[in-house]
Amino acid sequence: MKKSQIIKNGLIYENPVFRLVLGTCPTLATTTGALTGLSMGLAATFVLICSNVLISLLRKVIPDRVRIPAYIVIIATFVTLVEMIMKKYMYDLYESLGLFLPLIVVNCIILARAEAFASKNPVLDSTIDGVAMGLGFTLSLTIMGAIREILGVGEFFGLSIPFIANPMTVFILPAGGFLTFGILIASMNAIMKYIDKSKKQREDNAQLKESIQALNDAESTQAGQKDTLPPAEDKISDIKEEK
Amino acid sequence: METAYFAIFIGGIFVNNFVLSQSLGICPFLGVSKKTETALGMGLAVIFVMALSSLFTYIVYTWILTPLNIQYIQTIAFILIIASFVQLVEMVLKKFSPSLYGALGVYLPLITTNCAVLGVTLLNVQESYNILEAFLNGLFSGVGFTLAILLLAGIRERLVKSDIPESFKGFPITLIAAAVLSMAFTAFSGMLGG
Repeated sequence: MKKSQIIKNGLIYENPVFRLVLGTCPTLATTTGALTGLSMGLAATFVLICSNVLISLLRKVIPDRVRIPAYIVIIATFVTLVEMIMKKYMYDLYESLGLFLPLIVVNCIILARAEAFASKNPVLDSTIDGVAMGLGFTLSLTIMGAIREILGVGEFFGLSIPFIANPMTVFILPAGGFLTFGILIASMNAIMKYIDKSKKQREDNAQLKESIQALNDAESTQAGQKDTLPPAEDKISDIKEEK
Repeated sequence: METAYFAIFIGGIFVNNFVLSQSLGICPFLGVSKKTETALGMGLAVIFVMALSSLFTYIVYTWILTPLNIQYIQTIAFILIIASFVQLVEMVLKKFSPSLYGALGVYLPLITTNCAVLGVTLLNVQESYNILEAFLNGLFSGVGFTLAILLLAGIRERLVKSDIPESFKGFPITLIAAAVLSMAFTAFSGMLGG
């Protein structure tokens, strides 16, 4: 697979959150602010890249039958590592992510990429896939966090926005999470449909242009034949004159 | 003491409902809620696994991890316990109760990656519950999950017949229905010792 295609898939066409609808629990629970969304995304990205690399390296060693438990143990190990690092160096963040940090273990995105991609592809491709999928996840979480933070608290990354006087608290409650998520997926669907449509239209246009071109070509050759006629007539008249 | 158990009962089902108030276990909540029968099957399987894995993880945490002073591997230990427990339940059910196995069969392997199960076992440790409280917390959280998924399945069965904008079909409209459901559940939030 082409490297650029892997990146495009991860970020947009197969965006894990808005297109594949995987990893919904952290998406809803940790996007009460842009910063928590971003940090959750980055923590998951780290685990995703590491587990993709390791699983891709071990893909010929792990027996097919016990692959799922093996993947889970690998993922859980990296999650524990992230947990320890965050507890030591970023305690505030560790507290705010709380339960959802260990729950990266059961984040469907990571297991899904292990099963669908890393177990079948070479290391470099799997690494790129991990980076792209992770960034797609992070981007989605940050966007959703920002929307909920702006509407629910009237802040953006903790900075207050002056013209929002009465923020709607419901947006930082779970209900607001469901609502924002639903509307974002719907808009993504609409955008995708628009892209598909315009792509199809462009293809149709190209086809139309081609057929017009072909028609023009045909006409011009016919015209060319006409152009060659007069000399023939001349010849005929020449012959007549000779007679 | 009884009030503590009562708090766990009300908390698990309504106030701290796993799905609608804590955003845990969303994947099966969205994935297996197309029909009420399948939703009920999934719910029962979750109740079963949550209650018993709460018990097992409590035992392992208190009598193995704590004496050895290796609590930091709790995440790895718990997920392995849950995975093997689910496998065990599957085998036992297949052998002794084929009818129940037939009803729950397909949902059992899915439960391993249900974050509500791992979530409840980690919460038990966080809240430092005793063995009975941990078991009850698992049980009633499972009941809460079942209630939520049944309610959503009921709504979705009706949604099928209604005229929905093209882009909202599938997940988006389900999420919006869940949002309304969740809003209703926030009404319970003041019930426990506010």
